Amino acid sequence: MRPSSPQADAPVAELASASPPGLLTLFLAFAKMSLAGFGGVLVWARRAIVEQHGWMTPEEFNETFALCHFLPGPNIVNLSVVFGSRFRGVPGAIAAFAGLLGPPVVIVTILAILYARFGDIDALRRTLAGVSCAAVGLLFAVIFRMMLPLLKKREPVSLALLVAVFVAVGVMRWPLPAVLLVSIPVSIGLTMLMRRRAAA
Amino acid sequence: MSDTNSGSLVTLAWSFGLMSLFAVGGANSAIPEIHRLAVDVNHWMSDKQFADVFAISQLSPGPNVLIVTLIGYQVAGILGAMVATLAMCGPTAVFAYFVSQLLARSSHAQWPGIVQAALVPLSIGLMSASGLVLLFASDTTWAAFLVTGSAAVLAFATRLNPLWLLVAGGLIGFAGVL
Repeated sequence: MRPSSPQADAPVAELASASPPGLLTLFLAFAKMSLAGFGGVLVWARRAIVEQHGWMTPEEFNETFALCHFLPGPNIVNLSVVFGSRFRGVPGAIAAFAGLLGPPVVIVTILAILYARFGDIDALRRTLAGVSCAAVGLLFAVIFRMMLPLLKKREPVSLALLVAVFVAVGVMRWPLPAVLLVSIPVSIGLTMLMRRRAAA
Repeated sequence: MSDTNSGSLVTLAWSFGLMSLFAVGGANSAIPEIHRLAVDVNHWMSDKQFADVFAISQLSPGPNVLIVTLIGYQVAGILGAMVATLAMCGPTAVFAYFVSQLLARSSHAQWPGIVQAALVPLSIGLMSASGLVLLFASDTTWAAFLVTGSAAVLAFATRLNPLWLLVAGGLIGFAGVL
């Protein structure tokens, strides 16, 4: 990691519209950030795209990621497709997609083969049980971090929607499509209502 | 098993493909639905195996969505792993491509901001549900709850690399404390 100072941002912003990456460069860049990304690729994607290669300004990256976060599906996979297509059209999208997923899929498949063969060994089961306990803890930390802004703003409507979806999916175990088909229109309607009221 | 193989490939493709279109907020918020499909509806694996597979997907490099690759392998071998991965990532990638093309043409539109603001509480609610489902699948003893709690506090309060917390959890598990 290199030290970042306010002055360091200027040359990066200039570089952002510099030479667009080729197909092989796209594939390799996404393969590299994917393989570096233990427990999430986003941090590495930002580092490579904005800081290392200067393909996007920080603002462009934030906007692209926000779009990919509100689209369904794995965010970082969406990001690879949107990013790749911006520079090289459909072939670029495919190159970035393949780079992001190809190498780690090979590794995970090897792990799956090992698990199928040795998964019954008691020491391995105990170790994996410990890893998954810690992994669940990490997930809770991420959730709490995302929840903080909502708690600070004290928006009762947002918090009520959050709790309703949590109960429906986590406690009642209702199917996701049914829950979302109801909760998305309700949430959009309430958001528009609140914005209109805030504007009035 | 081989008679049902092509049948389970279709089920894998259909289940994960449809579900991915509803996976608002990414892989972590889709965990309850993946669990419901793999454990409750299709009986592909036990609760314990699901927790194992989640642990492996967190330990390995790459996007967290690769938990579906592991489930696919469990169901139908290497072909199953490929089908599950493509079904989970392909349709939404195509969708993302078309939406980004559309937005590039009409960048002044107001609705993306509204939709995004409306989806934030829903996706956090879904991630909380993921936490609950995984807690029940993996934490069966008080010591296990203690490990989860400590990992949560350490990950929230410090800038420790998450990988070290996973390794520490593994060592505690290997020692047979849980």
